Amino acid sequence: MSSPLSREDVAHLASLARISLSVAELDRLGAELPAILDHVAAVQGVVESAGADVAPMSHPAPITNVFRADEPSPGLSRDDALAGAPASEEDRFLVPKILGEEA
Amino acid sequence: MTTRLHAADLAAQLADGSVTSVEATQAQLDRIAAVDGDLNAFLHVDAEGALATAADVDARRAAGETLPTLAGVPIAVKDLINTAGQPTTAGSKILEGWVPPYDATVVGRLRAAGLPILGKTNLDEFAMGSSNEHSAYGPARNPWDTSRIPGGSSGGSAAAVAAFEAPLALGTDTGGSIRQPGAMTGIVGVKPTYGGVSRYGVIAMASSLDQVGPMARSVLDAALLHEVVAGHDPRDSTSIDAPVPSVVEAARRGDVAGLRIGVVREFAGEGFQPGVQRRFDEAVAKLADAGAEIVEVSCPSFTHGIAAYYLVMPSEVSSNLARFDAMRYGLRVSPEGNPSPSAEQVMAATRDAGLGDEVKRRIILGTYALSSGYYDAYYGSAQKVRTLIAQDFNTAFAQVDVLFSPTAPTTAWRLGEKSDDPLAMYLEDVCTIPANLAGVPGISVPIGLADDSGLPVGGQFLAPAQADDRLYNAGAALERLVPAPVLEEVVR
Repeated sequence: MSSPLSREDVAHLASLARISLSVAELDRLGAELPAILDHVAAVQGVVESAGADVAPMSHPAPITNVFRADEPSPGLSRDDALAGAPASEEDRFLVPKILGEEA
Repeated sequence: MTTRLHAADLAAQLADGSVTSVEATQAQLDRIAAVDGDLNAFLHVDAEGALATAADVDARRAAGETLPTLAGVPIAVKDLINTAGQPTTAGSKILEGWVPPYDATVVGRLRAAGLPILGKTNLDEFAMGSSNEHSAYGPARNPWDTSRIPGGSSGGSAAAVAAFEAPLALGTDTGGSIRQPGAMTGIVGVKPTYGGVSRYGVIAMASSLDQVGPMARSVLDAALLHEVVAGHDPRDSTSIDAPVPSVVEAARRGDVAGLRIGVVREFAGEGFQPGVQRRFDEAVAKLADAGAEIVEVSCPSFTHGIAAYYLVMPSEVSSNLARFDAMRYGLRVSPEGNPSPSAEQVMAATRDAGLGDEVKRRIILGTYALSSGYYDAYYGSAQKVRTLIAQDFNTAFAQVDVLFSPTAPTTAWRLGEKSDDPLAMYLEDVCTIPANLAGVPGISVPIGLADDSGLPVGGQFLAPAQADDRLYNAGAALERLVPAPVLEEVVR
């Protein structure tokens, strides 16, 4: 079986996924993921033995580019849209600062 | 006692006036009050709303209005599906207390057809699991033995229908989440053709795999519900713009004489519980006696379905769940010891606090599979295996009309039994996953109790895309040949 993922490896993935995992969570995932990755890595061998020209399939629906007519239709009201917000102010979503994150 | 009636029979009694919808709905609410403390099938019960719908249906019927077949028949809805004005949690703390501002299309269709919505059912968080143990609100339990799992992720819907809390329920199926809990609780569950039922307003787990479908105590009941919710929806770009297959007519027919049924060679042997295998073999023999032509077929790529699924699904999960960012709705948690956190820090702290272990595991797995340097080897290869699986289906359906297999390799396990081994849990989905990867429809029908565990076993039919009617025809025939086990009372 593959060796465990290091705490740093998992922390990097967690930062890409925007989740502040605890050290205990990082270590547990680092220990669990190799068994799962070993299992799923079988797809590479399957594709190799199938030979060339297997097209990737992203979606089972035989549909492409579905458009509706470009006509206005009712959407959510401002009150409805804001009703579930963690915080709002002056009819807008109130969010934490998004600039100067390194400061 | 109306709570034990099939939906079709209750609908007939409502139509002939021998019972009112208010009476039937109140009976279900009383049943929920009596047994749900043991089952935890419901996360939210809307007695007021359900009774108001029921009273409206009764008044319209009394006024002589012609109503849809299922008008007045109560239903439970998986808590992954948006209900305007009623909480929708997805089984997650990150959506605790959230009330959607709009209905899912399927919920709108239930309302239009006059079905009182009893409440929202328990599920694995964001539908990620095969046991319901990953719900942030505690596991739902199997009414056949409350020390056991009801299956998942639509475990609450399955337990509710099996325990007579509701005659009908909606579930969702991404890798078997309707069919497997159906099998574990001895009820009927259908995953329609991908695109057959709208996903608009259904919280997305893996968009290329998710489908909404019916759960019921008979094949005909499932077909009646299928007909209510299926059909083109311009708000779902993957919705099929074609007539809904004649599922109700097929469920009434139920004739397998001359039907070619393929038994999948790969879905047997190691890992399959002997008691499940024996019930399955008996079901095959009865189908043959009834005139079906039984053909052994080989679908070698199916055995790689789990590997492909556990790359495709987490990849889509990692992308879909990025929307839970603590900005516009849902939970917001500030990191400790930081008086002026950035949006990104709040996002990361919220996702740590609000998401459960299995959801985090899948997001991290998907992030890994999609990261630069691994994308081709993992996600790219999985997409090609998906093609191979679809080709196996095409080859099989050139020889036979439907495929038949056990729905799950085992009967319901004890709570906690597989909690420490995620891979062991994933392997339980071996028989159901290929249908999601290829987009074809599947049904699970009860085929008795396993002689080694005393618990329900399901048989699964699979059909080509948009041939959902074949499932209902074969399923109804099987139901007549092998009567469903009847739960006398919840086993505590």
